[in-house]
Amino acid sequence: MNNRDLLNLIDITVSFEGFLALNKLNLNLKKGELRAVIGPNGAGKTTFLDVITGKVKPTKGEVIFKGKSLVGRKEHKIARLGVGRKFQSPRIFENLTVKENLEISVTTPKSPLNLINKSIKDEQLNEIDRLMKIVNLAQKVDSKAGSLSHGQKQWLEIAMLVGQKPDLMLVDEPVAGLTDEETDLTADLLKSLSGENTVVVIDHDMEFIRRLDSNVSVLNQGTVLCEGTMETIQKDKKVIDVYLGRPED
Amino acid sequence: MSLSKIKFDKKIVLSFWIILIALIIAAPTLLPVFRLNLLGRYLSLSIVALGVDLIWGYTGLLSLGQGIFFALGGYCAAMYLQITSSSEFPNNIPEFFALYGVEKLPFFWEPFRSPVFTFFAIWIIPALVAGLIGFLVFRNRIKGVYFSILTQASLLVFFNFFNGQQKLINGTNGLKTDVTQLFGQMVGSESMQRIFFWITAILVIAAWFFAKWVVKGRFGNILIGIRDDEPRVRFTGYNPVIFKTIIFSIAGGLAGISGALYTVQSGIVSPQFMTVPFSIEMVIWVAVGGRGTLLGAILGAVFINYAKSLVSEALPASWMFIQGGLFILVVTALPEGVLGWIQGDGPRNLLQRFGLKRKIETYPSLEINNKEGNNE
Repeated sequence: MNNRDLLNLIDITVSFEGFLALNKLNLNLKKGELRAVIGPNGAGKTTFLDVITGKVKPTKGEVIFKGKSLVGRKEHKIARLGVGRKFQSPRIFENLTVKENLEISVTTPKSPLNLINKSIKDEQLNEIDRLMKIVNLAQKVDSKAGSLSHGQKQWLEIAMLVGQKPDLMLVDEPVAGLTDEETDLTADLLKSLSGENTVVVIDHDMEFIRRLDSNVSVLNQGTVLCEGTMETIQKDKKVIDVYLGRPED
Repeated sequence: MSLSKIKFDKKIVLSFWIILIALIIAAPTLLPVFRLNLLGRYLSLSIVALGVDLIWGYTGLLSLGQGIFFALGGYCAAMYLQITSSSEFPNNIPEFFALYGVEKLPFFWEPFRSPVFTFFAIWIIPALVAGLIGFLVFRNRIKGVYFSILTQASLLVFFNFFNGQQKLINGTNGLKTDVTQLFGQMVGSESMQRIFFWITAILVIAAWFFAKWVVKGRFGNILIGIRDDEPRVRFTGYNPVIFKTIIFSIAGGLAGISGALYTVQSGIVSPQFMTVPFSIEMVIWVAVGGRGTLLGAILGAVFINYAKSLVSEALPASWMFIQGGLFILVVTALPEGVLGWIQGDGPRNLLQRFGLKRKIETYPSLEINNKEGNNE
């Protein structure tokens, strides 16, 4: 662990009634890094996000974020510390408009008193305008989020994630169900976000991961199998075994 | 589409206001006191319905225990009236105490000698009780059906407690208010009832404005967010427990005001206010009127209750069947309630089905694009 690290996962074990979803997982993220996490189904990718965001409490191990332990903190507290999450299937508020969705994400402080008493700040409105342009939703400001196409919903959720201004963005399968063109645009968007932000992308679309041009961690059976650039891991024998299966088995 | 909807909403709201104000002004002269009193009672019920709409329609919390807070408000008002009208009774305490041999006023009655205390107690006590129950339940992340069952169980606990405490609050007999005095006048008298009608009408409007203010803007959006996807709200950095506790407490306060107004106009408060069917009826008013519309809650409470009294006069014992049927009809045919159906272009769709109205253009934007294409 060194102080340039934003996040350290140390020996994380999550046991669901004896089944080890994560098994002594270790992972370190530097500030500003873009990291892809891949792995076969059931490798523990989503549990890994659940542990960081506080949805699942690890049976053993530590999560250190900006020098603070996250274990045992409530989800909304972790979010306020600067961890943002985008879910696998778009989770947006379908009965609110695009603008209202973004208002919810950019508003600070997130206390009831602030929400009921004061109107939204000008700089937050500007931020909403900026976000809507980035994700091409400027025409849809007052449309119900539920009326958007699947791709637009994915982008709205990414915009909501960015609007939260998190130090760490956790993005779960952002391109599921998107067209090739949308996938490319999403990859470019995520790349442009890293540097200033630290981004973790979970996916198993290999083309998309290649496009991200980042370090990749391969998860298998709840632990990190291998880490490195796309080329390195594609040559790694253990990874090939997991993904392609050994002929003699 | 959205523009025409906004205009349509405005038309509904405006016509509602005109009808309501006309009714309130005309009612005391047009209606016999008996009918006026009924209307006043049903208007006061619409305040508790507004609270149900806030917690259920907006926040997704189906409470089957609003009777608790309704009754608490009623008891606060009745205790004040009883104690200020007890000077000619033995020991200067309310008459019923003598029946059970109680000579000293129970301590919790004391503050109700003060009209100022009572004025605040009517809404603050129910709001605090609701806030406390709500906080404990929400903190433990109890939701959905479990929340509904828990609120109903709490209702039964309160019902049984109030029912059994003869020496404290006259138990199952309740507290009468119609023969008590307020500012030197009999509460049950015609002139007082007329004043209560005005107060109720004004408070319904005030409660409606208040509820509108609560749900407008970002606070209301968070409530809708909690209803639709609570974990998402949490991961965005909001603490749903606080928001839910606040709104449940507000609904409790509204229920208390409603209960107090209902008590002084019906002449008695008793544990019957905390029976299970009554609290379920409150939910039915909102479901029939239209969830998440506020106006629907008011209309549902007033019209269903008025229908209840008219039907019960004409065909006694058939009301329960009609009410049940109405609820089933709404749940199956108009899941958004009557007002939700009107707002969702329901009447237009119905007319279309019978071929009475031309269909609207489904894709007007395509046409526009074509024209632009031709120009190029």
